[in-house]
Amino acid sequence: MSASQYRIVQSSGASRIAAALGLIVLALLVLAPYWAGRADLRLLGEVLLYLSLASLWNLLAGYAGLVSVGQQAFVGLGGYALFGLTMFGGLHPVLAVLVAGVIGGLVAMPVAALIFRLRGAYFAIGTWVMAEVFRLSAAQVSALGGGSGTSLPTPVVQSLADGRDAREALSYWLALAMALLALAVVYGVLRSRNGLALTAIRDNELAARSLGIDIWRTKFTVYVIVGALTAATGALLFLQKLRISPDAAFSANDWTAFVIFIVVIGGIGTVEGPIIGVIVFFLLRETLADLGTTYLIILGMFAIGVMLLAPKGLWGMVRARSDIQLFPLRRKVVAKPKD
Amino acid sequence: MSPILRLDQVSKAFGAIKVADSLSYELAAGEALGVIGPNGAGKTSMFNLITGTMAADSGRLFLGSEDITTLSAPRRCRSGIARSFQVPQPFGGMTVFENALVAATQGADMALGEAEEHCLDILEQTQLMAKANVPAGKLTLLERKRLELTRALCARPRVLLLDEIAGGLTEAECGALVETIQSVHASGMAIIWIEHVVHALLSVVERLIVIDFGRKIADGEPRAIMTSSQVQEIYLGIGANA
Ligand SMILES: Nc1ncnc2c1ncn2[C@@H]1O[C@H](COP(=O)(O)OP(=O)(O)O)[C@@H](O)[C@H]1O
Ligand SMILES: [Mg+2]
Repeated sequence: MSASQYRIVQSSGASRIAAALGLIVLALLVLAPYWAGRADLRLLGEVLLYLSLASLWNLLAGYAGLVSVGQQAFVGLGGYALFGLTMFGGLHPVLAVLVAGVIGGLVAMPVAALIFRLRGAYFAIGTWVMAEVFRLSAAQVSALGGGSGTSLPTPVVQSLADGRDAREALSYWLALAMALLALAVVYGVLRSRNGLALTAIRDNELAARSLGIDIWRTKFTVYVIVGALTAATGALLFLQKLRISPDAAFSANDWTAFVIFIVVIGGIGTVEGPIIGVIVFFLLRETLADLGTTYLIILGMFAIGVMLLAPKGLWGMVRARSDIQLFPLRRKVVAKPKD
Repeated sequence: MSPILRLDQVSKAFGAIKVADSLSYELAAGEALGVIGPNGAGKTSMFNLITGTMAADSGRLFLGSEDITTLSAPRRCRSGIARSFQVPQPFGGMTVFENALVAATQGADMALGEAEEHCLDILEQTQLMAKANVPAGKLTLLERKRLELTRALCARPRVLLLDEIAGGLTEAECGALVETIQSVHASGMAIIWIEHVVHALLSVVERLIVIDFGRKIADGEPRAIMTSSQVQEIYLGIGANA
C-alpha cells in the first residue's frame, strides 16, 4: 500500500453525538434569559465564568506544565481595568472588557519573562508572590477606593443597556460568550501545531528540543493567551458584581483554589475535565453552601477522595474505561476504503 | 563542493574526561559517514555537540555556510540537523503518528496538512504504518528504534545522525533496518551513523572515522580502516573480530 491510500480522521462517533448534544445545550443556554429567573441567571453566568477560568488554568497547568497559583493576578487586573477604563477612560463596559483582555496579555509578557526563570515549586510560589504584588498595588490606587475598593458608578452601569433585565441578560450573554471563547481557544490551541508541541514537551523535553521545539516560546505563548483571557474573564466577573476591592479581586481562594479544585476533580489535562468539574463544584456549592465552613471541609474531603480514588479526575475515570473524547484531539490514520 | 557539515577543532571536557578533543572533520552533501570507537569514547557526546544539547568548550560548527556554534538545539534542528537517540526517547503518551507529526510541524516547520502527508510517506518508508495509531510508550525495542528514525526523517533534515540504531536487534531486524537506511541514503541524504554492528555499518557508509578518548584517530575508506593496526589494537581489547 502507498501512503496515498491512508487518510487522517479526528472525529469519532462519540464526538459527533457530543457535538449534537452540545448544540442543544448551547441553544438552551443562549435562551436562558427567557426561561431562567433572575437568581438562576446570575448563577449560570457565574458557572460560565468559572468554566472559562478552569479551562484556561487547565491549559496552563495541565498541558503547558505551568502550575500557577497566582492567576488571581489576572482576574484582579481585568476587574480593575474594567473599573478604571469605564470610570476614567469613558469606555463602554463591553469595550472595556476587550481592552482588559489586551492589557492582561501585555502584562503577562514581562511577568512570564520574570517567573519563567523559576522552576517547579519556586515557579508556583513566584506566581503567588506576583499576585500579592498586584493586590498591594491595587490597594494604593486611591482613585479606585484604595484598600476598601469601590462600586461601579450608576451611569456606567446604566450605559450597559436600558433597564435592569436587559442589563442582566447582556451580562449573562457576555459570560456565555466568554466561556465559549475560552473553550474554543483552548481546544484550538490543543489541535494546532502548538498543542502537539505542548504534549510533546510534557512527554519528553529532550526529544522535544531536539525535534525543533522552542520550549520557552511555546510556554510563553500559552501563558500570554491565558493571561489575556483570564483578565477578560475577570473583567466580566466584576461587571456582574458591580463592586471591586483588592481582597475580592485578587482572592487566591476564589480565583485559584476553587479553580484548581474544579480542574483536579474534573480531570486535569483533558478538555472535558473542567466542564465536568465546574458542574460538580456548583452542585456541591448550591446544596451545601448553607453549612458555612463545614462546606469547605466537605469540599476538601471530596477533593481528597477523588484524588485518591481517581487521580486523573472524574473524566479520567471515564477515559480509563473507554477511549471516548468529546473534544477529539487524537489524529487517527485509517486506510481509505478500496474503490 | 562545500561540505554540508563541518566541525572545526571542537572540544568538550567533563573534569578530566575529554569527550571531544579538537575534533575536526567535514561531511560532504549526500555522504554517508560511519563512526566507530569503544564505549565511552565520546561518540554520543559528539552528536550532542552537533545537535546543540551539549555546548562545546571551544571550536566551531558549521551547517553549510552557516555558523551554528551558538544556535540552540531547536534552532539547529530547524536548520536541518536531526538525530536518533541511542536510548529511544519517544513521546510515550502520543501515538506513533503524532510523534512523527511533532517532528514535521516543528523541525520541518510544515503546516498540519502538509505534515500529515509527509509523515504518512515516511511511515511507509520506515515500515511503521501498521503501528501509526499505537501509543509510542507501548512499542517494542525494534519499533522504538524505527520511531527514532521516523521522527528524525519527518523533521526533513539535511544531515541525519543515527546513534547505534541497530544495537540490540536480531539479525533479521537489523537487515530490514539497513535496507531502510540504504533507501534514505539513496535519496541523497547526508548521514553520520554511529554503530557497533560493523557489518551493518559497512553495508551503507562510504567513509569511516574512529573516535577514541574524544579524538579522531582514523578517517578514510572503511575497509582500509578496519584492517589498520590502530583499529585492530582498540578492538582487540573489547574482543571484536580482530
Ligand atoms: N553530561 C555529562 N556529564 C558528565 N559526563 C558525561 C556527560 N555526557 C557524557 N559523559 C561522559 O563522557 C564519556 C563519553 O560518553 P559518550 O559520548 O556517551 O560515549 P559513547 O557514545 O562513545 O559510548 C563517558 O565517560 C560519559 O560518562
Ligand atoms: Mg553512545
